[in-house]
Amino acid sequence: MNILERYHAMEYGPAPEARNEADAWLAARDFGKALFIGGDWKAAGSGKTFETSDPSSGKLLAKVSDAGAADIDAAVSAAAKALPKWSASSGYQRAKVLYAIGRAMQRHQRLFAVLESIDNGKPIRESRDIDVPLAIRHFIHHAGWAQALDRDFPDHKGVGVVGQIIPWNFPLLMLAWKIAPALAAGCTVVLKPAEFTPLTAILFAEICGRSGVPKGVVNIVQGGPEAGAAIVNHPGIQKIAFTGSSEVGKIIRKATAGSGKKLSLELGGKSAFVVFEDADLDSAVEGLVDGIWFNQGQVCCAGSRLLVQEGIADAFIAKVKVRMSRLRVGSPLDKNTDIGPLVDLSQLDRVKGLVAEGAKQGAICWQPDTALPSSGYYHPPTLATGVSPANILAQEEVFGPVLATMTFRNTEEAIELANNTRYGLAASVWSENVNLALHVAPQLKAGVVWVNGTNMFDAACGFGGYRESGFGREGGREGMFEYLSAKLPLGPVVKPAAASAQPVERPEGDAIDRTAKLFIGGKQVRPDGNYSLAIANAKGKLAGEVGLGNRKDIRDAVAAARACKGWPEATAYNRSQVLYYLAENLSGRADEFAARITELTGAAAKAAREEVEQSIERLFLYAGLADKFEGRVHQPPARAVTLALHEPVGVVGIVASDNAPLLGLISLVAPALAMGNTVVAVPSEKYPLLATDLYQVIEYSDVPAGAINIVTGRSAELAGVLAKHDDVDGLWVFADAETCAKAEADSVGNLKRVWTGNGRSLDWASGEAAGDAFLRRSVEVKNVWVPYGD
Amino acid sequence: MSSTIREAGLGGGASKVTPLPARTAANTPVPPDHAIARNPGMRLDLGFMESVRSVNRSALERRVASLTKRRSIKADNQAAWLLRAVACMDLTTLNSNDTEERVRRLCAKAINPFRRDIVEGLGIAGETIRPAAVCVYHPFVATAVDTVRGTGIHVAAVSTAFPHGLAPLSTRLQEIEASVRDGADEIDVVIPRGLVFGAKWQELYNEIVSMRAACGEAHLKVILGTGDLATLRNVMLASMVAMMAGADFIKTSTGKESVNATLPVGLAMVRAIRAYFEETGYLIGFKPAGGISTAKVSLDWLVLMKEELGRPWLEPELFRFGASSLLTDIERQLEHHLTGHYSANHRHAMA
Repeated sequence: MNILERYHAMEYGPAPEARNEADAWLAARDFGKALFIGGDWKAAGSGKTFETSDPSSGKLLAKVSDAGAADIDAAVSAAAKALPKWSASSGYQRAKVLYAIGRAMQRHQRLFAVLESIDNGKPIRESRDIDVPLAIRHFIHHAGWAQALDRDFPDHKGVGVVGQIIPWNFPLLMLAWKIAPALAAGCTVVLKPAEFTPLTAILFAEICGRSGVPKGVVNIVQGGPEAGAAIVNHPGIQKIAFTGSSEVGKIIRKATAGSGKKLSLELGGKSAFVVFEDADLDSAVEGLVDGIWFNQGQVCCAGSRLLVQEGIADAFIAKVKVRMSRLRVGSPLDKNTDIGPLVDLSQLDRVKGLVAEGAKQGAICWQPDTALPSSGYYHPPTLATGVSPANILAQEEVFGPVLATMTFRNTEEAIELANNTRYGLAASVWSENVNLALHVAPQLKAGVVWVNGTNMFDAACGFGGYRESGFGREGGREGMFEYLSAKLPLGPVVKPAAASAQPVERPEGDAIDRTAKLFIGGKQVRPDGNYSLAIANAKGKLAGEVGLGNRKDIRDAVAAARACKGWPEATAYNRSQVLYYLAENLSGRADEFAARITELTGAAAKAAREEVEQSIERLFLYAGLADKFEGRVHQPPARAVTLALHEPVGVVGIVASDNAPLLGLISLVAPALAMGNTVVAVPSEKYPLLATDLYQVIEYSDVPAGAINIVTGRSAELAGVLAKHDDVDGLWVFADAETCAKAEADSVGNLKRVWTGNGRSLDWASGEAAGDAFLRRSVEVKNVWVPYGD
Repeated sequence: MSSTIREAGLGGGASKVTPLPARTAANTPVPPDHAIARNPGMRLDLGFMESVRSVNRSALERRVASLTKRRSIKADNQAAWLLRAVACMDLTTLNSNDTEERVRRLCAKAINPFRRDIVEGLGIAGETIRPAAVCVYHPFVATAVDTVRGTGIHVAAVSTAFPHGLAPLSTRLQEIEASVRDGADEIDVVIPRGLVFGAKWQELYNEIVSMRAACGEAHLKVILGTGDLATLRNVMLASMVAMMAGADFIKTSTGKESVNATLPVGLAMVRAIRAYFEETGYLIGFKPAGGISTAKVSLDWLVLMKEELGRPWLEPELFRFGASSLLTDIERQLEHHLTGHYSANHRHAMA
């Protein structure tokens, strides 16, 4: 075409990004020695390699060392060797290293971007303008955390050697999200990139070598499932951080159960994109483009479920279709490309299969008349309408450029539909009415909510999911906690409950017989099975009988806890007053409780009295903190505020230990209640009568029905039922090691947040067995992004 | 082009409009295949305005920030696009010290915008590519009409007490009539911004309707003075009132406000144009003006038009730059395209 013809056509034409530097880099590397271990480049012990190819052409890019268990062992050893010096180095020293990494990445920004696009298939304008700058920002931001560690996280220390496994959709960015906070916290890392996308991590490792990162602090091992499993199961690793599918996340949860490893999982999503009738519709359409057609829809927080208010649905869908027809599908290295290829043929097949299945189930799948390149794994942008909530496209994470659309009638239904998913990663809310937007945001079960925006990320703001989207946060202050451990006062090792002979002999005296029941939904109820458990006093004689709770009692208790709306929705001040009142009423019966402790445990009168006083004091503490453990306002580099809200986890199961039976129970229940959780408590198996006495106090302390439920019985059995209950959001277990491990393993049904003592109890009498460490486990941090300007 | 203008990209279904004949003012008619139906206006529909009042500034800012990075125009395409910017230009002089001689010089530049070697080097001699119009104050209309006669270049006059619009309505209407009498076939009027702040939509509508009547066959461009309007919502609403009242073009700025044409303002206005099209089937033109002085920035605006409205809005019938120094910068870029040398202003004939 000559210039005049172009003048009439007014097409963009190709605008290819040069790849000669990237090709030169590829040609100069020995990818057969691609394992970065202890500062050296090594081949896999087995000599094996795997192939990585260009998804826009299918062409081979490199054959990369494929690490096996022995290589992982070497990497963990290197990390462990480097740990003492690194963790003992000053925050300033670590800050300098993080800063140097960030600046060095800046100096090679374009090479990172081009390599990322070649390896992953994402459009160059995304890798250049989003992935790489955000990755750099992460390192520079976390340089500050390294230096602020002592000030902001007193009594915390780095967890140690960290194993990190990252996905292929944002290879460099996910690497940054993992490595930056770990280094800031004084941890050393073994990181495994995804097999589809090993390249930018190799360039990053080179940069580490040049940026003063001490040998062994960062180890990058390329490999597949074998390497991943070796990391997950390695005894020399103290924490696993994983980003990837919910399926693999659950496998990791199970594999690490009982290992004592700290765990953070950032998993899949089916995020809602809610458009109200008073939204700026044209802007909401652009939000969708950034939401579901960003990175070909291969984004865990992609706004893949469009919920649009009925009155504007037709107009909005028409706008979406027009906009879709303007999306340019093409080479990732063309600066005018909006949608590149999917990462791999297997991914393309999967997306095609899901679209076909969705259509079979009644969805109308529309695609614009867009020409696709003849080679490469391209999938056209796809809009599915007429999608019922049961349709596979509304349920399953597609991880492709496929948008499922549903309509809603009113705000309540919008929230209900948005939350009608096992996932809970992110959500977008579009409305020009700030009242509506801020009414809806807290009600969405999602770790990130964007108001009038989507896919906004920043190193200063936490990112992570509710429900089966995983747990833990990345970014910001909340993200730092994932690589730190708080000092907690260890208590005794908990032994499995002995199958002891039941005491039958009743102590002398003529007291009227008392029947302890379960406490569910604000009522004393008989156990479903109508069996009782005889409880011995300190002298081995019968102290009383408690209900032998079973799975159905747990079911009823969880239902009651879920149904209790009054407690989570109460103001913090209100909860505070109820907890104070509970303390007040317990104080009124202090003598009686002290006597009961002595009777059951044989504790000296003074010690028993002390336990009761401490229980009252602890209630007082959490009553006071109920309205003080607040969220934060983050400051991303944009005209926006990000509200890091502390929301209750939800229904929390608590399995208390036998040591300090009253104080231990209250030390766990009180912080959970203070933050607005509802609780199903399984008290000490040996001394449950303290809990059954306590429900009488609860009954006249204005605690709403269902906020606290008490089920007595066999701790191990009931912990198992709680672990497997998919409507329980959190589970804290202080029991024997086996019960703890089993609770973790069994939690995979809904990936509830499990906290265990790993076979140890805490020293409840210690002042350190209270405070922020407990409150932090009682909340989910939800980051609500509110961009502003008029 | 003709058959594709209406359907291109907007997906608005069948046309509700019968095309009217193109203007036949001082200039040779535009090629008939670019003819578009003239907007007859409609009643002031406050309900319709209510439906478009949601304009989220931060979302618009994000859109324009990424829009300009998502599209890249290189090499021969870039040259072609820059030529397009020239063809969509109202070459403008609006200074207090303008004289007839100065206006003649401007017209001469409009008639011969490029050095001979550039025309030949680009291989565009076969087609006349030059600014669509010259834009002047009323006293120079007759001079401009005289100078550009027979070239196809339109003569636009700024009118209605430009740049503030605060003279009595009768005075402002007489000014339009006088410019039309002198041969201007495009009239750029300003609105009194206070009517927007007071939400006096009916009064604003009535004024523009009478301005349109005073224009007769001349095309009406309504300048909103967006730098004064404070919010993008006001820009959106004022755009709607102007189109309902019969504007052929809506235009951002006089060039005299402290803030000139910005891309977020432009985005709000082109979305107003799209909403009006979807409602009525009429295509309204858009003219950003003020501060657009570099070739690079002109490409951003062309991308905005193509992405948000589509190919039809890259024709001078629907898109104009109000600019004075932009032409020389484009000429320098075109020379660079041909020679690989960066050029200097003094190597190109001044306006």
